Amino acid sequence: MSVAPIGKDLLGLEHLSAEQIQLILDTAGPFKDVSLRAIKKVPTLRGMTIVNLFFEASTRTRISFEFAEKRLSADTVNVATSGSSVQKGETLVDTARNLEAMKIDMVVIRHGASGAPKFLAERIASNVINAGDGTHEHPTQGLLDMLTLRDRWGSLAGRRVCICGDVLHSRVARSNIWGLKKMGAEVAVCGPRSLLPNAIDQLGVHVFSRIEEAIEWAEALNILRLQLERMQGGYIPSLREYNRVFGVTRERLERAPRDVIVMHPGPMNRGVEIDSDVADGPHSVILDQVTNGVAIRMAVLYLLAGGRPELADAAKGS
Amino acid sequence: MAPPTSTILNAQAVGRTLRRMAEELVELFDGTDDLILVGIQRRGVQLADRLAHLIESIEGAKVPRGALDITLYRDDLQTVGPRPVVGKTELPWAIDGKRLVIVDDVLYTGRTIRAALDELADFGRPARIALAVLVDRGGRELPIHADIVGKQTDVPPGSRVDVQVQELDGVDAVLLVGAETG
Amino acid sequence: MTTPASLPVVLLRGGRVLDPSSGLDTVGDVLLRDGKIEHAGASLGEVRRDGDLMEIDCRGQVISPGFVDVHCHLREPGREDVETIATGARAAAAGGFTAVCAMPNTDPVTDNQAAVGFIIRQAQRADAARVYPIGAISVGQKGEALAEFGEMIGAGAVAVSDDGKPVASAQLMRTALEYARAFGVPVADHCEEPTLAAGGAMNEGIVSARLGLKGIPDEAEEIMVIRDILLSRRTGGHVHLCHMSTKGSVELIRWGKERGIKVTAEVCPHHISLTEDSVEGYNTNAKMNPPLRTAADVEALQQAVKDGTIDLVATDHAPHHYDEKEREFADAPNGIVGLETALAVLVTHLVRPGIIDYPTLVEKMSCAPARVFGLQGGNLRRGSVADVTVFDPSREWIVEPKEFLTKGRNSPYNGMRLQGRTLCTIVGGRVVYQRVI
Repeated sequence: MSVAPIGKDLLGLEHLSAEQIQLILDTAGPFKDVSLRAIKKVPTLRGMTIVNLFFEASTRTRISFEFAEKRLSADTVNVATSGSSVQKGETLVDTARNLEAMKIDMVVIRHGASGAPKFLAERIASNVINAGDGTHEHPTQGLLDMLTLRDRWGSLAGRRVCICGDVLHSRVARSNIWGLKKMGAEVAVCGPRSLLPNAIDQLGVHVFSRIEEAIEWAEALNILRLQLERMQGGYIPSLREYNRVFGVTRERLERAPRDVIVMHPGPMNRGVEIDSDVADGPHSVILDQVTNGVAIRMAVLYLLAGGRPELADAAKGS
Repeated sequence: MAPPTSTILNAQAVGRTLRRMAEELVELFDGTDDLILVGIQRRGVQLADRLAHLIESIEGAKVPRGALDITLYRDDLQTVGPRPVVGKTELPWAIDGKRLVIVDDVLYTGRTIRAALDELADFGRPARIALAVLVDRGGRELPIHADIVGKQTDVPPGSRVDVQVQELDGVDAVLLVGAETG
Repeated sequence: MTTPASLPVVLLRGGRVLDPSSGLDTVGDVLLRDGKIEHAGASLGEVRRDGDLMEIDCRGQVISPGFVDVHCHLREPGREDVETIATGARAAAAGGFTAVCAMPNTDPVTDNQAAVGFIIRQAQRADAARVYPIGAISVGQKGEALAEFGEMIGAGAVAVSDDGKPVASAQLMRTALEYARAFGVPVADHCEEPTLAAGGAMNEGIVSARLGLKGIPDEAEEIMVIRDILLSRRTGGHVHLCHMSTKGSVELIRWGKERGIKVTAEVCPHHISLTEDSVEGYNTNAKMNPPLRTAADVEALQQAVKDGTIDLVATDHAPHHYDEKEREFADAPNGIVGLETALAVLVTHLVRPGIIDYPTLVEKMSCAPARVFGLQGGNLRRGSVADVTVFDPSREWIVEPKEFLTKGRNSPYNGMRLQGRTLCTIVGGRVVYQRVI
């Protein structure tokens, strides 16, 4: 049985089709079950080498990828380097060539520069998975957010999702916008205009300036982490004011005309963009997101790995 | 051009064969105690269901059933592309100490069964694992044999045995599909 | 350069002779003797043969005053690995330029007469296109103290500019415009409001929003354009606005010119042929400052070239080492090479679609830049310096950066089919470049 492939690399959701996104979400189901078994491991990627190349600090995403890789029996190497490769003295292209020379099969890359995974993917034969690049995309986060909502709703079509907060600097926001729209959901953003891209209207989303309006409209809120350095950057006057004007609080949610699902990609700034009683409350699916993250990453690794079509003929028969 | 197709078993013959397999199963295990039927995705699952119902009608006892998707245990994943769809594995019973019967539609190289055995080992340690297949077409590449065989037939490589089941295909049949003539 | 006495007589036969500065547009001949133009116009018939006569068949080609580029970066001194005055001058000649003006953002900065003299000496050795230095506005281009305009101009500088960096201080700009008046040179400004443009890597808009790149808004340029125009009005100084990139800038310049303010403006070939879409896929060869803008901007700039709001075309030729462009988009340096593609980009994107005609092209690439910067050349009048370019307007070619004479390979036109090619470049009566066909 064959299905639409998702290509050599996963760089973003913007250029995936609805069919390809559907395939990844569907494939994540069985992988979720693997994590529930006593032996949480299948031999699928046995013998494959995966490098987790993290140019930016990350705990959650790196651990999630590592679990996914190990549960698929891949051999993994973590390369974490603080700051950019430029500061380190080695260019990304040299890093790429060195990886290639070590005969690795896949690279999971997080990088502070938008487009760095694409740059790498164009220069090496290994599969490249974008684990977040600059302010561009974070495709596996977008996928796990969609999986979490689909688990609740069955289908994303016609559903209303509002992404709240610092959309301007958010790769999570971009991946969610592309993915949700492709799957037929309606997408809105809400935040101070200084934290929304100037051309946001051209992305085909609704724009709310007031969080109350967003909550009234939405069936789910995806609350972005407010990078604390944005305050120093002068985008907002203070965290206190941000919480008062844009924070998702229990009082605000209780005034909603329906039950609103609350998501957050983490790590949370409790009391800034999200209040604790929302994060820990009945609306929150934040821990489901974390569980789904491993399954989505397993699905992506599985779909990208191997599959050398030129060898397929030789392997016919079962 | 469609390849030449001939019928190995028609619907009635499939029904008869399954009934015989159900009787042999009960005989082989001397009853249904601790018995679990595990169908291999996809058509093995439906066949396991049928056998379970038949056993129930013979013995009056319900036999638990599970489903196994062996995709993640295949030994050819590095070479197949695009990726096969992963189906569901459902083993709602603890399998330690149980007597398992793997049910599949066609036994050929034996690689699927090898993968199934590996997967079952990750779920526990059954007392015994047996294999029941509707068709054994020969051509083994691994030292694996079936305990219960519905129909034994030698099929040359290049031809294919297609099993159809009412639930998925609207009809019960076993077909021989000849080599593609292009 | 070689003394005129040893020069052959050059006869350019049977081409379309174009000199918009005198309204000349006829099929005929051009005769160059002793480094000067002796004749440009009707066919000459037999020509007196005293000494060597070099006759070049120009049928089907355009004979034009040599192109003049008032804005390029030749990287010497400081980055001779990327370009030298010699390689830049040869690349210029290959592009049909008989003179180029070198921006002062070298290392060290061209901010004194000795530095100006160095460029002039290196240019003489190169023996290709003429190279005129532009002196810095401020010492070290730091935007603080005025550089010594008088001495630099005395040594041969033809304008002042802090290009590469904006003149952030309005007071400094005002002083520069006032002070430069005594020497009659333009103050060329790189219009960029630094706080708005900070960290920007491309045009701010839908593409930057999608790619997750920090954008540079139009207003970063336009705020400085209107500031400079207003300061020119206040001071009476000649402000020359470099590499205009937005529709809004065009409107502001038009506003200034309508009021008789002494403002001139240039546009680069890439800003009248490419849009921000070229950045798609994080193409670092489409990264420059100011950035490629939208189709509406391109169209407005093309019309401004046609209607004269934009005075001239300049390349902003900015070679980089290939390693420097082979990296993450945000970290890659700004700039592209342009000397060897400028003519073809204009023919392909402005003349062929009928936006401008060949006389206008020659006006924008030769007459106007020479006139605005007060340089010799830019015309074919009898007695003028024999700086002449012959180009084939219909020849198509595919841009292959490895064939460039510049050391830079960073061109967004890589692999594109363009029309129009230099065949012969003559500087002071000497053929410095002739394309092998």
